[in-house]
Amino acid sequence: MDVSAFAVPGAGRGILDVVKYRYLLRLLIRKGIITRYHGSVLGWVWSYVKPAAQFAVFYVVMGLFLNLTKGIESYPIYLFSGIVVVNLFNEAFGNATRSIVSNKALVKKIYLPRELFPIADVFIALVHFLPQLSILLVVCLFVGWVPTPLGLLGALLAVFIVAVLATGLGLLFGAINVAYRDAQNVVELILLFATWTSPVLYSWTMVRDQAPTWLFDIYMANPLTSAVELFHTAFWFPTTSETAERPESLWLFTLIGLVIAVLCLIAGQLVFRRLEGRFAQDL
Amino acid sequence: MRKTSESPLPRIIIEGVQKTYTLRHSNSFKESFVARLRRKRTSTSFTALNDVTLTVHEGEAIALIGYNGSGKSTLLKLVSGVLRPDAGRVRTRGRVAGLIEVGAGFHPDLSGRENVYLNAAILGMAKEEIDARFDEIVAFSEIGEFIDTEVKHYSSGMFVRLAFAVAIHTELDILLVDEVLAVGDAPFREKCNAKIRELVSAGKTLFIVTHDLGMVSEICNRGIVLRQGELIFDGAMPEAIAALKGSR
Repeated sequence: MDVSAFAVPGAGRGILDVVKYRYLLRLLIRKGIITRYHGSVLGWVWSYVKPAAQFAVFYVVMGLFLNLTKGIESYPIYLFSGIVVVNLFNEAFGNATRSIVSNKALVKKIYLPRELFPIADVFIALVHFLPQLSILLVVCLFVGWVPTPLGLLGALLAVFIVAVLATGLGLLFGAINVAYRDAQNVVELILLFATWTSPVLYSWTMVRDQAPTWLFDIYMANPLTSAVELFHTAFWFPTTSETAERPESLWLFTLIGLVIAVLCLIAGQLVFRRLEGRFAQDL
Repeated sequence: MRKTSESPLPRIIIEGVQKTYTLRHSNSFKESFVARLRRKRTSTSFTALNDVTLTVHEGEAIALIGYNGSGKSTLLKLVSGVLRPDAGRVRTRGRVAGLIEVGAGFHPDLSGRENVYLNAAILGMAKEEIDARFDEIVAFSEIGEFIDTEVKHYSSGMFVRLAFAVAIHTELDILLVDEVLAVGDAPFREKCNAKIRELVSAGKTLFIVTHDLGMVSEICNRGIVLRQGELIFDGAMPEAIAALKGSR
């Protein structure tokens, strides 16, 4: 018998199938955006309030109490351009981790490439990142920021690295989370660390001066570190007197960060595919 | 490639399929770890399907019957791809659409219109197909002007009618139905049955899981009886119902 006409039910090609389902992906993203602030009076204003509150707390504590405003020129912009990157990562990674469990009803009833759910969440996080990015742009322009093509390219690359990393880790922990809900607690820990293990609140030079070289290299190889530094290069640095020290091989570390992010994506996809067969019965 | 006109390719092949559920007793790393330390079993297994083999051809309307826990829904989920068999193989030819608990993809905060698009896309339809069939779907559901109202304001009957209308209008070769026909009021149920009969006479393959023997004996031309995961009867409908009654 000719078996080529037959398909194996439930055997997809993983994230490659998402291209085929792009219309559904679009609808899922739309649904996520529409229903996000459903029933709240302020709605999208929350997307501005949350980063603003975070900024205020960090600015007062780190900038004023711990005197970082003296050490880092135009510290508010430094701080905010880092916060938006880490927020994007936290939002994308956190939601992607919970996505399979929160789409339980669908996962149990109908077959579709389950990668769609974490990926849709990463895109939704990207949409919520836009208001924050626009505030950053407005503030920067206000203080006389002149964008450079290389800087903007770097910022785009940073967003790409963060999105790939969050997708990879989201697939990995999202799949584990189905059987073991501990995963989402582990992720919350990782997210807590994410803010502090990249140069968001302080300068990278403090790590260089305190840590041994090998530790500093690991620190710099963190994809989030290079993403944050790329944002600093694009938005903060041009608004200063440009005398601050910049990390030497930033582009090399960016490349390393990109490779790590892609490896995470591959690992995430492999684990996801391995565990996927049990999703419907474990949920 | 060999083409035989007298015996066209089947639509569904199920060969020696086995499905065992492992029921894990723990839901956290800690629980699994402690259980392992105490040498307690962390899971029990339960065979839902054992060595089931059957072939379904084009235009067949199959009723899958059996008492609770006989493995009917598991078999349907294996065909839809939600579950994977532990042994044996399942193959399908053509587009499979599931009327499995319609409304699983409905979001209460979205309007009827948005839900139609979302669910049709979940069932594998492209935007153009949905656009083309949208009016037909709304007409079938009898929702009328409420189509732009949020679904959470619908009565349960309206909800089910809309969900069913979406599922039944998807482009399909194989239709899987799980216990959904018991919904809606009598006139709507009659309308659904008529629509399903129309699909069968158009050469679509139908695979229904149900307890409503009266309805399936009207629609289906082949009955398969499962008992505790084993296929105990495969043949004409009246005999299948007799076999089911005798299987208790």
